[in-house]
Amino acid sequence: MARAFTPKVITANDLLEGDVIYFTAEDTWTRELSEAELITDEADAQLRLLEAEKQNIKIVGAYLADAKAGPNGPEPTHFREEFRRTGPSNYFHGKQEAQANV
Amino acid sequence: MYKYNEFDEAFLAERNAQFRAQVERRIDGSLTEDEFKPLRLMNGVYLQLHAYMLRVAVPYGTLNPNQMRTLALLAEKWDKGYGHFTTRQNIQYNWPKLRDLPDMLDALGEVGLHAIQTSGNTIRNTTADHFAGAAADELTDPRPYAELIRQWSTDHPEFQFLGRKFKIAITGSSADRAVIKAHDVGLQVVEQDGKIGFKVIVGGGLGRTPMIGQVLREFLPQADLLPYLESVLTVYNVLGRRDNKYKARIKITVSENGIDTYRAMTEEAFMAIRGQYDGTDQQLLEEIKTHFQAPEFRSAPTDAFDAAYANDPVFRAWADTNLAEHRADGHAIATISIKAHGATPGDASAEQMRVMADLAEQYGYGELRISHQQNVILPHVHKNDLPAIHATLKANGLATANIGLISDIIACPGMDYCALATARSIPVAQEIATRFDELKMEHDIGHLQIKISGCINACGHHHVAHIGILGLDRAGVENYQITLGGDATETAAIGTRTGPGFAYDEIVPAVERIVEVYMAQRESAEETFLETYRRIGMEPFKAALYPEAQKKVA
Repeated sequence: MARAFTPKVITANDLLEGDVIYFTAEDTWTRELSEAELITDEADAQLRLLEAEKQNIKIVGAYLADAKAGPNGPEPTHFREEFRRTGPSNYFHGKQEAQANV
Repeated sequence: MYKYNEFDEAFLAERNAQFRAQVERRIDGSLTEDEFKPLRLMNGVYLQLHAYMLRVAVPYGTLNPNQMRTLALLAEKWDKGYGHFTTRQNIQYNWPKLRDLPDMLDALGEVGLHAIQTSGNTIRNTTADHFAGAAADELTDPRPYAELIRQWSTDHPEFQFLGRKFKIAITGSSADRAVIKAHDVGLQVVEQDGKIGFKVIVGGGLGRTPMIGQVLREFLPQADLLPYLESVLTVYNVLGRRDNKYKARIKITVSENGIDTYRAMTEEAFMAIRGQYDGTDQQLLEEIKTHFQAPEFRSAPTDAFDAAYANDPVFRAWADTNLAEHRADGHAIATISIKAHGATPGDASAEQMRVMADLAEQYGYGELRISHQQNVILPHVHKNDLPAIHATLKANGLATANIGLISDIIACPGMDYCALATARSIPVAQEIATRFDELKMEHDIGHLQIKISGCINACGHHHVAHIGILGLDRAGVENYQITLGGDATETAAIGTRTGPGFAYDEIVPAVERIVEVYMAQRESAEETFLETYRRIGMEPFKAALYPEAQKKVA
C-alpha cells in the first residue's frame, strides 16, 4: 500500500518584505499559518503549487511544507516550520514581534 | 589603511547603480527570481528563513571608525538595531527589506565598504590575522597582499562562475590566528634569504568533508603572488568537479588528484601566466603598502595601567584575558568581547558599534579589527589608555573578560536565521556561556574553544574546536554531535566524534561532563584542555558521556 500523504501547506517569502507567507484557499497570501489552505490530496498539492507560483512576481521560493490540522487551522509538524512561523529564539523579532504588536 | 582612489569609487558606484536597477526590474516583473537570484547573491543579498540578509565584507577584518559608524547606521536605519559579525570577517544584517538594499549599499559605498562577492561561486573576502600590523610575533603586515588580492579578484571575469565558492586567508605570523589551513588557499608570509614571500597552502576546508590544507609551495616570491594564485584558480576551474556540489570544492580536487598532480599542473599554468604580468601589479602593491604604514606609536609611561592592574581586580581579569602582546613598546592589542554571557555571539548593537568607533578614534590610532572569532579588536592602544577604555567598555556591556575561554564561543546563526541550517546554534552557545558563568569556573578552566555549527557546512568551524558541536536534524528533532581535539591554529587538526549525538536539552550537561573530566584529569592548571585531551585521549571523555554503553561493555 502506498504511504499515506502527509498534508501540506504552500509557503514562500514575500518579495519585498522577505517575510514568511502562506497560500490560502482563495489564492491570496497570508502571514498566518493558521489561515493557510491545508492540502490533503497529493495530486491537488502539485496543482495548488503551480497556482501559487503564478504569483512569482510578488513571492519567492514557494514550496510545499508538511503540516497537520489543528483546532485553529494548520500547524507545523517540523521545528523548521515552527521557527518560520514564530521567529528566532535569541530575540523577540519576526512574526512573534509582529503578533505582539497587533 | 587602504583608501579608495577615483577608480575604486567609480567602480563601486556603478556596480551599486546596476544593482539598484536590477532590484527595480525584479520588482516590476522584468526579471524572474531565477534571473535575479545570482545577481543579488553577487551583491551579498541572501533570502533567509524570516527575511533577506545582507552580508557586508570587512576586507581582511580592518575597519576605520567612520566605517564602523556606517555599519551602526545601517543597523539602526534599515535593520533592527544590531549587526552580526561572522566567522569570515563579514557583518550580516538579518532584517533588511528588498527596496532598502540599494540604499544600504550606497551608504556603505560612501565609506569604502561593499558586499561584492560575499556570496556566490566566486573568490570571497580574503580574511587575515585580526592582529595584523600589530602582533609582536609578526614578520610583516599581510594586509597589503590581501588588498592586492581583493582588487585582483573583484569582478575577475574568469572567476565569477567557479565550480564553488573560494576562500583565501592570509597571515604574516607563524602563529596562525587566521585558520589558514582550513581555507581553499592559505597564505603565510615568510622570509627566505632576506626576501619576503609566501608559503602557499591549498585544499583545506571544513564542511561535510573536513580537510587540513597541504603545502603547495614552500616559498613563493612576493612578485609571483597574483600569477601563482591565478594558476591555482585556473587549474581548479578546469579540473574541479561540477557534477556534484558537495565534491566541487578545491579540497576534493586536490584530494582526488593528489597534491603532486595539482602542484605540477599549477606550475605548468604558472609558466604560461607569469609572462602576462608586466610588473604593474607590483607597482600597485607598492602603492597599496603606503596605505598600511604603521602609526607613529607614542612613547609614554605606563603608570596608569600599572596602578589599575595592581588595584582593580576587574580590570586585571580583563587585562589578563583580553590583551595580547603588541609589537610597539608600551602598547597592547585589546580584544573587545562581543560575547557577554548569555548574549548572541558576534552581535553588536548600533550603540556599541559607535562606542567602539569612538574608542578607536580617541585611543586606537583610528583602527578597528573584526576577528573570525566574532570579536572586535582595538589593534593599537597605549597601555596607559587601557583603564579609560575599560571603563567605557564596562559602561556599554563590552567589558566581558572571556577571550579564549569557554564562553568565547563561535556560533553560526543556525536555524534561528539560516535557510540551510538543520538545528539551532545560538541558544546552545547562550546556554553554555550562562551555565559556566553561573559555575564561576571559566577562568579556572582556562583556554578552551567551543565552536558550534547548525549544519554540516560548518560555518561555525566546529571541526577545529577543542569542543565542537554540530547541530543536526534527526527524524525531525534537533540533535547535537560532539567532536573533541580539533585545533584551529598552526597545529591544525580536525576533531574526533565522541559518538552518538545529544538532544537539545542534553547538550549543555554533556559539555559540562567533558569539562569535569578535563578538570579531574589535568596535571596542573597550566595544562590546557587540548593538551590534556592529547595526553589522555578520547576514552575518559567517552566514559563520562556514555556511561550506559560502558556498562554494557563491562
